[in-house]
This record gives sequence, structure tokens and C-alpha cells, in this order.
Amino acid sequence: MRYDESHLLPHWTHLNLLKNKCDSMNNIAPIKENSEQSISSTCYHCGEDCGNVNVMLHDKRFCCQGCKMVYEILNENDLCQYYDIDEQAGVSLKGKKQAQFAWLDDELIQSQLVDYQEDTTTKTTFYLPSIHCASCVWLLENLFKFNEGILDSKINFVKKEIYLTFDNSKVSMRQLAELLVSIGYTPEINLGDLDKSQRKKVDKKLIYQLGVAGFGFGNVMLLSFPEYLGLDEINAAGFQRLFGWLNILIALPVVFFSGKDYLKSAWLSLQQRNLNIDVPISIGILTLFGRSVFEILSGAGAGYLDSLAGLVFFLLIGKWFQQITFNHLSFERDYKSYFPVAALLKNGETTPIQNLKRGDIIIVKNKELIPADGILMQGNGSIDYSFVTGESDAVDKEKGDQIFAGGKQLGEAVEIQITKTVSQSYLTQLWNDAVFSKEGLNQHNQTQFLADKVGKYFTYVILTIAFLTLFYWMTIDVGIAVNAFTSVLIIACPCAVALSIPFTFGNAIRILGKHGFYLKNTKVIEQFQQVTAVIFDKTGTLTLTKNNSSQEKNDDTITYQGDELTEAEKQGVLWMVSQSSHPLSQRILGLLKDEVRSNKELHLSLDDFLETEGKGLQVTVNQQVIKIGSAEFTQNKANDLANVFLQIDGTTKGFFTIKNKYRQGFETILNFYKNKNTIHLLSGDNEKTRKELEPHFGKNLHYFQSPKDKLNFTKKLQSQDERVLMFGDGLNDAGALQQSDVGVVIAEDTNNFTPACDAILDAKSFFQLPRFAEYMKGCLRLVYMAYGLAFIYNIIGLSYAIQGELSPLIAAILMPASSITIVLFGVFSGTFLAWKLGLGDKNHQSD
Amino acid sequence: MKIIFLLILVSLLIAIGFLAAFFWAVKSGQYEDDYTPSIRILFDDKNEKKRD
Repeated sequence: MRYDESHLLPHWTHLNLLKNKCDSMNNIAPIKENSEQSISSTCYHCGEDCGNVNVMLHDKRFCCQGCKMVYEILNENDLCQYYDIDEQAGVSLKGKKQAQFAWLDDELIQSQLVDYQEDTTTKTTFYLPSIHCASCVWLLENLFKFNEGILDSKINFVKKEIYLTFDNSKVSMRQLAELLVSIGYTPEINLGDLDKSQRKKVDKKLIYQLGVAGFGFGNVMLLSFPEYLGLDEINAAGFQRLFGWLNILIALPVVFFSGKDYLKSAWLSLQQRNLNIDVPISIGILTLFGRSVFEILSGAGAGYLDSLAGLVFFLLIGKWFQQITFNHLSFERDYKSYFPVAALLKNGETTPIQNLKRGDIIIVKNKELIPADGILMQGNGSIDYSFVTGESDAVDKEKGDQIFAGGKQLGEAVEIQITKTVSQSYLTQLWNDAVFSKEGLNQHNQTQFLADKVGKYFTYVILTIAFLTLFYWMTIDVGIAVNAFTSVLIIACPCAVALSIPFTFGNAIRILGKHGFYLKNTKVIEQFQQVTAVIFDKTGTLTLTKNNSSQEKNDDTITYQGDELTEAEKQGVLWMVSQSSHPLSQRILGLLKDEVRSNKELHLSLDDFLETEGKGLQVTVNQQVIKIGSAEFTQNKANDLANVFLQIDGTTKGFFTIKNKYRQGFETILNFYKNKNTIHLLSGDNEKTRKELEPHFGKNLHYFQSPKDKLNFTKKLQSQDERVLMFGDGLNDAGALQQSDVGVVIAEDTNNFTPACDAILDAKSFFQLPRFAEYMKGCLRLVYMAYGLAFIYNIIGLSYAIQGELSPLIAAILMPASSITIVLFGVFSGTFLAWKLGLGDKNHQSD
Repeated sequence: MKIIFLLILVSLLIAIGFLAAFFWAVKSGQYEDDYTPSIRILFDDKNEKKRD
């Protein structure tokens, strides 16, 4: 989570803070201006407009003291090369107060953050979201110049992580974090980081297996050349024997190391009296190996070890190709990734939140998260539960009221007495449900996967053909019978079938990823096809959440009509709406944030701020009374266009029109799913929107749904034999997302928290959903076509095999040829289909 | 023709050498981050030495 300390600042800095936040959210690198350095109007450090602020040092101009300070630190340490790599590379510190890391002194927390420790040498990883350019990498990798305790620092630019090696007798983890903060790179640490089991482990086994298979494939082929070319001269010289032996030696690790997973999976599936696709593959591998070893040892022939190595190699490439990781995404997060690590106790101490006990009193400041259920003891609570319960309006709480964990306090700091520990709180209890346990995960997923279905029939058909061949030849010649029998098993090995899905779907995942739709794995594509019921969450899924309307480019749902406002008036209005958590205020905030771009820090005198609940806001700016609010509040006549009126000193200046707050294209999407499936809406919110949504959902509208209700509703649908597709966004949907057959999370900012799910959909691509669905359906059809192709190859191969005439050469040509055909077909036809459906262009925002 | 025995032996040893090199490269994490090194290589050390 972001450490936002805006409450500690004088009010006018809110304006800049909002702007900074906006920039960092969009991850825009500071704009380079080819201005002459001497009279630059932009900050030497961060490149932001300095306005009329004059902070100078060494003939360099800065936009604020914070930026100057970073420059000084870098200058002292002789690190000004920072500015040569990328100009104005810095991260603006304006209006940001240093985040507190006192809790990093806690030994328990420390030990959980350490990756590795030996004596005093310690390794740790921090996530630094503000890494954005080459200069960042350079500076952070030169961190050792700041403190001799830092031994090494490495950056992973894509993951925005820093890997630190330091001497903990010379520098503490807290000092490291604070050093990073002081140069503008605030580490983000959340509760999930402490849980080591949650960290992604990179599985390198597949890469090793692939390496060995590739090595085997190449060398066995090389040693089989005399055989291919029929060089009797070489064979005569006794080489054939040697080559055969070497081939067996090389093939051993290929079968038993590289092919291990296929054999294992086949064995497991047989034990469960089930046939998956790995069974015929394993039969193929073992027959190939057995017959080749027999032929070589008995001197009867050269064997098929080249085909074997090639088969394993292609299979592993397919496996590798479908393992796509989107670095910035995680499909496994639970509430811990959303919760902070430590809480501030009333006595000023910080404590890890797992250690919070009943009766502890904690202080929660503006925009901070409430870590555990409690009772409000002091201050006025205004709590934003939109992410947790789906309620779109902030809830006001008074002293003595019960407060649930997961909400964010907006406004003044409050004191809360804890009544339940973190893991027992109302929200976090959801994760104790069986659906989040491993067994629960396996149980509810009833999807039948195509490859396994095919594998089953395939095995039966192949075994039938093989045995028929065997019995036929038995009556004629035992030698030919065995030969033909094994040949059938070899040539029929469903290599092409096993490759079709990895390549077609792997390619599809890449294409969809480019358009902002990120799938967890290739299975999700199949799961999508079997959906019969669709559940939508409302807040944040169908509707836009409060703060993000401005992120939608050309947001035309909110417009201002009336007299032009002066800069001071605009900033005044901006300030007042930023104080209110009312959804309409937040929408206006989104509109004005874009307009008030200049950094002029007008010293507004702000007085008498007053919010009349549900009516409007009033404030005195530079002796002008600004009022915004309903027609009644501003003594205007209501009209259909105007939602919010703006009045300055008693004269109405204009009004804001706010049309609807649903996502672009939501009606098309509802209609798209309505045609084929039943659709439901589950909302934690009140029934205000029932009338609007009734035409779409009919009776399937469910309001006041708790996170647990949503989970149970999904279960109920599934028990009625429905396959459920769930669209959600927040923690409140986490249970239903987990329970559903396919859970899709709509994310405004994919770098932010998303609950565990099967797919993440960038909100900007929401309107493209029908197209994505169409594409996934098409890809499944392509797989069927590829199966058709593989079938043709198999017929050809089998026609040789049943006659007992499958020579190693024919096998060596036919098997790779069919594999390569399938791979090329899968990738090219999939890409062509994407292009046809309008998903070809990388730039998905253009359409 | 006996020389072919030696050649085969040498070629296999070289191939195994490359396989070992590949294993080492994977193990040492060279494939984990394939973007940052492209930035790192552009850093100018000379500039730094001058200042020291």
C-alpha cells in the first residue's frame, strides 16, 4: 500500500499532492524539456514545473525543498551522474512526508523480511514502485556509496525490486529503508511480504529439462547421420555399434530426467483409474526407448532415439511456451497483500499487526487502512469500505461505533480499540473458508479439460489398433508382429495433440495480455467456454470507482458548463471537493485534477469549510464564498442536465453534468452474456441502483450482499450444475472469485492489489470483453482443427506401422514434421484470428 | 578412420561443456532478469573514475 501522509501537510499542498499522485499512478516519466539549463523553469531533479517557486542551489532550480535535498545528498556522495543518464530523473518529493519505518526495528518483522543471512551479511528484497528510468537503476546500484554497510545492490527493473546485501552490524534494515525514502524511492512493504510461503519461487526445473532434451536431441541426431545417409562404409568400421551405445547413453537422461514429469503424471493418472493425455505420451516414450535399446543391443538396427529426443524436446518447449508470467501481476494474492505490516499504538509505539491484541488502542490516520475490527474511541470516522464491502459511499462513524477491518479512514486521525485479532476480523475470516484451502481448490473445479478428454479416447483407440495389428501378424510372423505393434505405439504418440494446446493457447495468452487481459494459465481459456452463468459485482466492476473517472481518457460522463473560472477559483473548488468523500465530489475532483495542471502554489486562504451531508459543500477562499451542491443548496432551479451547481459569492457560475458512472460498453457486455447465459448482479451496496439495472438483470439483482453471501451464492449456483464466471474487483469478491469456475478481476491499475483470481482485466479494456470471448472461442476451434491435421499425419504413419514397415528414417521425418506443422498452425492461425477480430494491433487504446 | 573416435569424443565433450555452461547460467540467475542488464550496460564508468 502507499504510504500517504497527506494529513500532515498544510491544506494547499493537497493540490500538488494530487497531481503527483496522478503522475505516479500513470507512471509517466518526467517530461524532458530541451530547455537551457540556466533559465530552466522545470525542476533540475524531477522535471516538474517550478511555477513561481524559487529554490536554487549551484545555479540549479528546484521545485521544492525535498528535491533540493535529494540533490544535495547525491552531490555530497558524488553521485550526480544520476542526472546525466536521464535528465530530470528524480521522483518528486513535493508534499510527501517521509514514511515511517520505525517498525522495521522489530526483530520479528526483520527476520521475516530477510531472504538470506550468514553472520552479519544479510540479503533482503524491497519493492520500489517509483523505479522508472535508467537513472534509477544507476543510482540504486550505487547505493553502497552512501553507507559502507551496504555491500551490494541489484535492481530488477521490470519487477521494480531492489536486492540488497548489507552488513547488519553497520547498517540496519530501517536505516536502509529510510535511506531509500530520502532519495525518493519509498519501499512498499505489506503484510503479504512477510509470509514467505506466498513468495513466488521461480521453478527452474523445466529449463534444466529443456536444456538436457535439447542437448540430447542435437547429439543423437548427429550420431544418427550415418544411418540417415546410409553410409555403409562408416557402419562397417564398427562405428554403428559405438554410435548406438552413445545414443543410449545420451537418451537415458532425456527419458528419465527431461521426460520424468510425463511418466510421473501418467503413473498418477493410472493409479486414479483415469486416462489423461500423458498416458499415451508415456506409452510412446517408453516404447520408443525400449524398442531402440533392444534394436541397438541386439544389433538389429539403429533405433528411434533421435525421434524420442525430438519428441521430448518439442513437448517441453510446448510446456515452456505456455508458462507465461506477467511480471507485474499476481494471481495468488489474499488480504495480506492489502494490509500494512505495522500499526501505530496510542502510546506512540509501532507493533506488527499480527501482534495486535484485544484491547489495544491504535491510531489510524487519513487514508490509512484499518487493520482489525474495533470500536471507535476518539475522532470522527468516515470510512471508505468500497473495496471491502462494495458500498460506494463512505460511512460515517461516531464514537462507540463498531468498525470493520479493511476500510480506509478518510479525514482526521482516529483512535480505535481493537476487539478482534487480524485473522479473526469480519473480512479476513473469509479466508478461513474451506474454499481457500488446497483441498477446497481442487474440489470445486469440475472443468473437463480437452487434452485429457482426448487423451482418454486416444489411448483406447491406439491400444485397440496396436493389439489388432499384433494379433493379425502373430498368425504370420512373431518378429513382424512385435515390430508392427511397437511401431503403432510409437507413431501414434500424440505429440502433435499435446503440442496444439500449449502453442495455440500460449500464443493467445500473449495476444490477450497485450490488450490488457491477463490470464493465469492456458486452462482458463477452456474454462471460459464452459460457463453457463455470469455474476457481476457492481461497485468497481460495472461502475467506476470514485477516484478513477479521470483515468479514463476523454471522460465525457462529466462536463462543466458555465463561466470560465479563475485559477484561484478552480483551486478552491478542487480543494473543497478533495475534502469530501461524496461520490459526486470525487467525480468533480477527477475532472478538475486534469485542468489544474500548473504548479502555481497560490497561497489561498481557506476558511469555514462546511459539508452539508447529501446537499453540498461550502468554503471561503480569499474572501469569496464558494458553494457547490444540489439545486436546492445553491438556490437554483433544478434541471435535467445539471447535477451539481457551482456558486461563487451568491452568483451561479455554472453546473457540472454527470451522466452515468458505468464503465464504457457495459450494456454491450451485459447483452453479450445475456444471450447465452443467465446473468446475476451481486452488490454489497444499497438498492439505489435497482431501477437502473432492472432492465438488464431483471430479477437477478441481489443487494446488501456480504463477502460471505457472495461466496455462498456462487456455491448455490454451482450446486445447480452451473459453471460460474464471476467478475469482481475488491476484497469483498475474493471468496466468490475463488469459488467460481472462472474469476476475473477488473483492475484500474494492474500494479495495485488484486485478489486471487484466474484472470485480470485491465479496466481500460473492459469494453473489449466480447471480443476477447469471441477470440478464446475461436482458439478452441483452432485446436480442433489442429487435431484434424494431427489425425492426417497419424493415418499416414499408421499405414506404415501396421505393415511393420516403419523405418527409423520415416519416423524421424514424420514425427518432427507433424509437431512443427501443429506448432506453426497454432501460432499463425491464432495470430491471424486475432488480427481478424481486431486484436492484431498492439495499441489497444486506439480502438 | 580411427581419428573419428577422437573427433566424436571431443565433440561430445564440447557439447557437454556447453550444457554445463547453460546449467551454470540458469543457476546463477542470468535468465531471471533479461531487461535490466540492457540498461546497465549503458552506464559510463569512465565518467565516474574521473570524479574519484
